[in-house]
Amino acid sequence: MAAAYELQCRECGKRYENAPLSICDECFSPLEVVVDLDEARRTVTRATIAAGPTSMWRYQALLPVPDDATPQTPAGWTPLLKAPRLAQRIGARNLWIKNDAVCLPTLSFKDRVVSVALENARRFGFDTVGCSSTGNLANAVAAQAARLGFKTYILVPADLEPAKILNTQVYGATLVRIDGNYDHVNRLCSQIADRYSWGFVNVNLRPYYAEGSKTVGFEIAEQLGWRLPDNVVVPMAGGALITKIRKAFKELIALGLVEEKPVRFFGAQATGCSPIATAVKTGADHIEPQRPSTIARSLAIGNPADGVYATRAIRESGGWAEDVSDVEIVSAIQELAETEGIFTETAGGVTTAVTARLYAHGRILPDELTVTCITGNGLKTTDVLQGAYEQHAAIRPRLGDFEEYLAEQKEEQELEVGGAYVG
Amino acid sequence: MSVRVLLPNAFQKHTNGEREIQSSAANLPALITEIETAFPALKTHLRDESGQVRKFINFYVNEEDIRFLGNDKYAFRDGDEVLVIPSIAGGCAPCETRFAQEQRQEPNCGTCACCSYCGQEECICGS
Repeated sequence: MAAAYELQCRECGKRYENAPLSICDECFSPLEVVVDLDEARRTVTRATIAAGPTSMWRYQALLPVPDDATPQTPAGWTPLLKAPRLAQRIGARNLWIKNDAVCLPTLSFKDRVVSVALENARRFGFDTVGCSSTGNLANAVAAQAARLGFKTYILVPADLEPAKILNTQVYGATLVRIDGNYDHVNRLCSQIADRYSWGFVNVNLRPYYAEGSKTVGFEIAEQLGWRLPDNVVVPMAGGALITKIRKAFKELIALGLVEEKPVRFFGAQATGCSPIATAVKTGADHIEPQRPSTIARSLAIGNPADGVYATRAIRESGGWAEDVSDVEIVSAIQELAETEGIFTETAGGVTTAVTARLYAHGRILPDELTVTCITGNGLKTTDVLQGAYEQHAAIRPRLGDFEEYLAEQKEEQELEVGGAYVG
Repeated sequence: MSVRVLLPNAFQKHTNGEREIQSSAANLPALITEIETAFPALKTHLRDESGQVRKFINFYVNEEDIRFLGNDKYAFRDGDEVLVIPSIAGGCAPCETRFAQEQRQEPNCGTCACCSYCGQEECICGS
């Protein structure tokens, strides 16, 4: 059974009964869900969680969903992998990857937040749901709404990657392409949500939706054997994920499920859209919006909704934020695939490149237990690797031809290393 | 000169349900004053304790964030459409005070709603 929960203004503290509402009507600040941890403490133990399903719903008691919710999708419980080969490459010795590139059903961490949002859409009686999206959220809403029988309107920037558009339309969702960037789309959705009685997962259902991100933090702690890491590296778009992983750790401490310890939070952005990283680096207490220009389109939010809170979470934890170029993003995608067998999208390239830089700059020390969060799958952004690999002419199916091919390969390799070849 | 101003649902409690006004304000500060004159009940909600317009209230002119157009310096043109959207990004004055305290390693002031985690006036989570 879910613990009691309600909405609360993040600034003035005013409490609200559960409703499809994301803005305080007193100070116009964002609302968030608060779960009654006193009640949860009486019912939630490591054993009750372990007895739950192998999905994020093993933490249902700590999520804002109705008591009678029977979730329809097995989102979450993704692998936490030790990453020794990548670690060796970047000067780390205790590096782990939380791999949401294989989150079900649509291969990104957005499946987690959408699961929680749509359970609430059902509770509030909506028959139509929607979202503004940079792609992964569109996929997740379209798939899960299909399974739950909602009508779906999804608004995206017109220049979105083709795979993300196809992976939305295939589920029967109405996809509306907007001539503008994500911030234009997001603003339009705010207006639509004011006018139409629809459940927009990241507008009027946002407080519930965002809580789904806590499950990344719950899983990291449980998969580490009920302990917290020293550092977490998290990609930042709207900035909610990093704040919610921190909230998850604090809840686990409050529930007595893990030992208290300081965890430092590190944020990752692309240089072409880095409003949160810029605020962290300059010590600013507010977010200056930017016009995004990066291949990491899933992180291209120039006016991040939770930017201020992400900045605070990073600062309060003693962490840092970095941003990397588009060239570094592509190299990092390749490096992660080549070393650990994980093919991530551009956002994962951002996180991997930033992780490497944090070690290189000494902000993270080699022996510290560090978890880097991969949030999406490379199959959705293959366009950024166009031209990265040469395709040889096909050879005949003969052993002699194959041996000739191997000899040519060896020659090419020798030329590439400029005489340094010693094999 | 006339500017069309669209107000969000969150304001309606303080605007007797009005969702739109016509304004002849020359720029953003003048527009905010005009909104406050038209809807006195909104004034204390639009501004924080120090009298500053809350930073998480966003203004857009013809689809563009007014901060990209020069913010307070932007001169409205006849026919502009101004959109007010709360809470896409922002912070608040009490929290800035908190940051200053943290820099000096002073404890939470306890007098303002400045905890980013629990949102309590007197922080209950110790963050």
